[in-house]
Amino acid sequence: MPSLRDIKRRIKSVKNTRQITKAMKMVSAAKLKKAQDDINAARPYAEKMLDFVNSLASKTTGTPHPLMSSRAEVKNLGVLLLTSDRGLCGGFNTAMLRAAESFLREHREAKISLGLIGKRGMEYFKRREITVINSRPAGSGRPDYAAAAASAEEMMRLFTGGELDEVYVIYSEFKSVINQKPVVHKLLPITPPAPEKAAEGEGAAKDLSAQPEIPVIYEPSVDAVLSGLLPKYVEIQLFRAMLESSASEHGARMTSMDSASKNASEMIGSLTLKYNRLRQAAITKELMEIIGGAEALK
Amino acid sequence: MAETFLLEIVTPYRRLFSKEVEEMSAPGALGEFGVLAGHTPLVTILTAGVLAYKKGAESGRIAIGKGYAEVTHTRTTILVDNAEADTEIDIQTARDALQKAEDMMRGLDPDAPDYKAAQEAFELAEARIAVKEKQGK
Repeated sequence: MPSLRDIKRRIKSVKNTRQITKAMKMVSAAKLKKAQDDINAARPYAEKMLDFVNSLASKTTGTPHPLMSSRAEVKNLGVLLLTSDRGLCGGFNTAMLRAAESFLREHREAKISLGLIGKRGMEYFKRREITVINSRPAGSGRPDYAAAAASAEEMMRLFTGGELDEVYVIYSEFKSVINQKPVVHKLLPITPPAPEKAAEGEGAAKDLSAQPEIPVIYEPSVDAVLSGLLPKYVEIQLFRAMLESSASEHGARMTSMDSASKNASEMIGSLTLKYNRLRQAAITKELMEIIGGAEALK
Repeated sequence: MAETFLLEIVTPYRRLFSKEVEEMSAPGALGEFGVLAGHTPLVTILTAGVLAYKKGAESGRIAIGKGYAEVTHTRTTILVDNAEADTEIDIQTARDALQKAEDMMRGLDPDAPDYKAAQEAFELAEARIAVKEKQGK
């Protein structure tokens, strides 16, 4: 049976915990807002880039660009896994690691090299038997485009060098604050236009066909523009994945901290009730003793 | 009134600029080029430098990094790594960056991979200073 003082102490400690979780929730909410703004800010660039690549890819003749050509035999896979640096964000990292594990299981016959972004992923795979080609922390604050570019460049180098036949990125797609889903996205080789985009393009082409089409001038040349553009396209895709992943992390942390605060409040409630009951019992007991003593003296 | 076209400048971080303008000029891979409304479709590589635009009496200059420009009859889209309007540039920071990039280039072999990055930083810093100084006058 805990004493009154024990319960009081317990209440105080849970209150402290609640304060921390509440503060963390607030911080995550602010960061989430920023991360969402970043996603929106990056959207026009990414969409324009996609348009560019789509229109250019259809114009190139001859052999496809090295970054776009798929290999007949896929033996070596590169996987970039995005996790967070810090914990206390609910099931976020667990979900990412599970997605990675299931990807590894599905592609057991291929040789997989991992690229890890985020300390959680680094720690998880440190003790496992798997080739890790590069790993670095996700960094605090907003994702950095230069960091995305560096990782993308590394992957492209390995891909064009023939060490990797396909490169995937596993990241968490931010759907809403309470809904984040791990997604596996093929980064390399760059796959030509997505089906729905192609259909749209056709529609647009029909509209245009009414007017005489003026050929677009490419300076210095189509191939020069394309070969400069494709790496950029890979970079922006990875950057977007990083932004999504960061927004997901903050969203997951916010919800988990919210429920932690709620649980703490509930616990404080039940502990206070217990405390008051015990206090009442003690008072009653003392009263009975005094009355008993007085009776005895009569 | 002269005809206008939509000029859009986007970077991975934001959409910096989206306005109707009468003319603009930007540093292309094959030299500086100018665009007026109704320009023939063009896609070109941009180098770091100064992008200038004009609408009536209003004109502005923006420092841009490497990237691409897509020109159509009614709209010009600039996709660049970096872009800063003159009001955002701090001249001292730009000068420091220029100095740093210059030092780095001096210490490196022109074939080293870092050399290119340093050169890009140098050009960008130069563009920033150019934008700022012109504006100050």
